[in-house]
Amino acid sequence: MAKVLVVTSGKGGVGKTTTTAAMGAALAQAGEKVVVVDFDVGLRNLDLVMGAERRVVFDLINVVHGVAKLPQALIRDKRLENLWLLPASQTKDKDALTEDGVGRIIAELRKTFDWVVCDSPAGIERGAMLAMRYADEAIIVTNPEVSSVRDSDRIIGMLDSKTVRAENGERVEKHILITRYDAGRAARGEMLSIDDVLEILATPLLGIVPESQDVLRASNVGCPVTLNSPASAPARAYHDAMRRLLGEEVEMQIPSERKGLMNLLLGRRAA
Amino acid sequence: MSAGAETVRPLIRLRGRSYVAFVFSPVVPIADWLSELDATLAGSPGFFVGKPIVLDLSAVDLSPLAITHLIKSIESRNIRVLGLEGVEQARLSLGMPPLLSGGRHCAVQEIEPEKPQLQQPTSLLLDQPVRSGQSIVFPDGDVTVLGAVSSGAEIVAGGSIHVYGALRGRAMAGVNGNSAARIYCQKIEAELVAIDGYYQTAEQIDAALRGRAAQARLEGHSMKIVPLN
Repeated sequence: MAKVLVVTSGKGGVGKTTTTAAMGAALAQAGEKVVVVDFDVGLRNLDLVMGAERRVVFDLINVVHGVAKLPQALIRDKRLENLWLLPASQTKDKDALTEDGVGRIIAELRKTFDWVVCDSPAGIERGAMLAMRYADEAIIVTNPEVSSVRDSDRIIGMLDSKTVRAENGERVEKHILITRYDAGRAARGEMLSIDDVLEILATPLLGIVPESQDVLRASNVGCPVTLNSPASAPARAYHDAMRRLLGEEVEMQIPSERKGLMNLLLGRRAA
Repeated sequence: MSAGAETVRPLIRLRGRSYVAFVFSPVVPIADWLSELDATLAGSPGFFVGKPIVLDLSAVDLSPLAITHLIKSIESRNIRVLGLEGVEQARLSLGMPPLLSGGRHCAVQEIEPEKPQLQQPTSLLLDQPVRSGQSIVFPDGDVTVLGAVSSGAEIVAGGSIHVYGALRGRAMAGVNGNSAARIYCQKIEAELVAIDGYYQTAEQIDAALRGRAAQARLEGHSMKIVPLN
């Protein structure tokens, strides 16, 4: 049973692409056959984070326009044989996608893969709408700050009204993933608390990914964080989120400031 | 030639037309039946005006004299007898209404009294939170939300607004000039509340009320927001 999962958010810069790569890799590590699709046409990034930017020949737009066949555009990951990438186009603009074309590609991908993970562009424009259009499930990536939470609320509203499932009277399964969570700042009240976020969004929580240098490092070397440093806190958080997505009961780990003292010492030493 | 002699006769045109006629079936004793008829006529004197009737005599056995008498009695009550039915031609005398045959029953359609139009629903129930960017407009009545109204969302209602969650967005009640409309919420963190055009923004709402259950109503030309319970 193929599932189409869209990773979306209203606001940019919250970690959609990182999450897509990390979740895609985590699902593939769990034995699922996964394709990650970059819908951010015009600003392709997922191939960079996946470390496949030098292997892109054909892209999503080429397939939509019939220039290339789908298998020609799919790039197989070098590290995980269950993981594939369908990159976005850097040269075409975001209006090059059509609803029919996207529908055809999603239908074709459903036949081959267990999970089709769509990396949505930010905002509420057509690109974002098309990315969520055929979704069965959605991960709404949110930072614990008011602007991000409000935009996520808007996106949840759209998932409930503008998707094919919603129009057929079904529901898109929605999950909140809180990223860039800084336990220290949350404790000082500089961030919204988890409870506040969940109270506002009234949607189940999939996981909390702590703010970490590991994410940045992984992204810069072109490797999903779940592969690059599997022992790191964000990688563990993504793995837990993946298991919850597959229906397992996993206890929610709220990142705490346990390393606070260590950081403090290191911080002092550096200063 | 005799062509000129041929007279052109105007055609007599026959057209069929059917009428619904009421049929009286007198029963013996005739005197009682007539008094019954009188009682009916007293109830609606104008009912038979302009409506000739047919007299069905099959249920009674009357002599020609009695028939004449009966017809006279009926006509004296201002009811015209159009014809007779259910009696042999031999019993009829000159001057009586003609004998009719071949009458068929017709179902008199009962006109059902028009049912009053189903009352338009005057309330809208939303069992999901109202998300940022959504706008619910319901000018016909009350809006009830079983959840939160996010900031950036708005609810516009002709009647009152009830929010069984946090009201963080905008609520505009009584938009059609209903100054009796009210706004109720479990937790007031609204960006704006308005009733019949009078409004308060978040800044004007008493800070002591924030996060509490509250109701807003109009008192004359000013809006009052008071805690619930």
